[in-house]
Amino acid sequence: MSEVFVLAQFVGDKVAKTTAELATCGARIGEVTAIVLAAPGQGSALASQVTNGKIAKVLVIESADFDHFGVSASAAALAYVVSEQKPAALLITSSAFGKELAGCVAVLTDSGLITDAVDVSSELVATQIVFGGSTTVHSRVCHGSAIITLRPNSVTPDATMSSPEITNVPAVIGDGAKHAEVISSQPPIAEGRPELTEAQIIVSGGRGTNGDFSAVETFADLLGAAVGASRAATDAGWYPHSHQVGQTGKTVSPQLYVACGISGAIQHRAGMQTSKTIVVINKDPEAPIFELADFGVVGDLFSVLPQASEGVKAHKS
Amino acid sequence: MKIAVCVKQVPDSWAEKKMNGGVLDRQGVDAVLNDLDEYAVEEALRIAEAHGGNGEGGANSVTVISMGPERAADAVRKALSMGADGAIIVTDAALAGSDALATSKVLAKVIQGGNFDLVICGTESTDARMSVVPAMIAQRLAWAQLTFAGSVSIDAGTLTITRVTEAGIDTMKAQFPAVVSVVEKINEPRYPSFKGIMAAKKKPVEIKDLASLGIDPAQVGTAGAWSVVVDATPRPPKAAGIKIVDDGNGGSALVDFLVEKKFI
Repeated sequence: MSEVFVLAQFVGDKVAKTTAELATCGARIGEVTAIVLAAPGQGSALASQVTNGKIAKVLVIESADFDHFGVSASAAALAYVVSEQKPAALLITSSAFGKELAGCVAVLTDSGLITDAVDVSSELVATQIVFGGSTTVHSRVCHGSAIITLRPNSVTPDATMSSPEITNVPAVIGDGAKHAEVISSQPPIAEGRPELTEAQIIVSGGRGTNGDFSAVETFADLLGAAVGASRAATDAGWYPHSHQVGQTGKTVSPQLYVACGISGAIQHRAGMQTSKTIVVINKDPEAPIFELADFGVVGDLFSVLPQASEGVKAHKS
Repeated sequence: MKIAVCVKQVPDSWAEKKMNGGVLDRQGVDAVLNDLDEYAVEEALRIAEAHGGNGEGGANSVTVISMGPERAADAVRKALSMGADGAIIVTDAALAGSDALATSKVLAKVIQGGNFDLVICGTESTDARMSVVPAMIAQRLAWAQLTFAGSVSIDAGTLTITRVTEAGIDTMKAQFPAVVSVVEKINEPRYPSFKGIMAAKKKPVEIKDLASLGIDPAQVGTAGAWSVVVDATPRPPKAAGIKIVDDGNGGSALVDFLVEKKFI
């Protein structure tokens, strides 16, 4: 049976749901080994959480270099184990870090690369949705280990729990991976809302909020949703850049996306077009975002959202 | 300081894109300089201007590097009219269908031959959207990788950037040579002036092919791609949804929809 590596992902010191999504795809292809990259002494605490999905083994690689030298150090260590064990595939979650890491490992191991897959079959055929959602592409890697990054929230995680065998392997990181040094790190500010790329529901605000996100936030909190923003809103400084959805922000694919006061520039649509259900609230009946809407309300978000929030409260009680 | 800026000519973001035999059909659509590369050109010019200028009598040079069909010259021309000093375009029939691995191989080869200190790229192209080429170039050259920069500063031979991603903000530093990619927050790209547009017509544009770079055509293009497209199909247009005009009950109608779809 072929072997598949998946890179376990953590938010702080907690395993991320995307790890189980990778394991779910991986288990279709072969026996899953989860790789945990950790600071010295942290590996076992992290590895013990990697139990969701069919996972046979966990390889723990500990090194202080991961925090000190960023992507290059992680790529070097990962490329070393891929070269040694030649898995059929290495699956990594799509993110700025994940895609760069995948690119570096592909170069270092002479392997083909596919990014932003929304699914991977047992035959290692990856599905991508490209050109702003207009085209479905199936492709496969034809050289080396298949390095594939998978978009968060695209695959329903397998509910199987595993108790994988945990092994520590040394980190092999050459000096060439230590040219760029991380001096300080500031994690995103936690707001008690779900992470944008992991959220099942996202409520986003754009230019139409005029900088007042309170109605958007109230509705989001009632739905247990994450809050997103269009580029117009983040450029205006109304909402942090880390919440931007779109071409130059995050690509999201939640079950429900509620776009409030967002006209739907193609750059925004590229980041949310694959959402399963799309709701639009916009004053302008001609706003292009309505083309995507499963349910659209032509109206002022400052009257529609508060009424909807009251309705959700009433429904819950 | 010799600065290289890697740029790509892409189909206009607004154009309808189609696949043809597993590769993007680039013939039928308007092609423009990748939006996100304009920030890279601007940052290169700002760095040059802050450290002794570029152009005639300047202490620095800014060279635009692009790989693509011959008409990539149009995209490069825009960068030159913004103020870059010259360009190198790699064009070769065998490059069609190149994947990111091959692209990074070609760009790294050009950079190696140019004695550059610094390479600046945008974070991604608006067509392929992989966001991996800057990191791949850094790997191939074994240079410092300073990617997703929201700011760049240079002091006594040390480069410092703030790396801005969903994982937070990191401050990173490295010595030259380095590959930097810049996010669109970093600056506001200048519009080419009339003088700049006229001057660009006289700036040197060097055309290279694979033979002149010593790259085996079998390693690039469709022949050298390490991933293959099995099929590409247009997705059916989304069925028209419900659209209502708020008559004072729009919020309630929305809640009814969400209840029906079991979101609440």
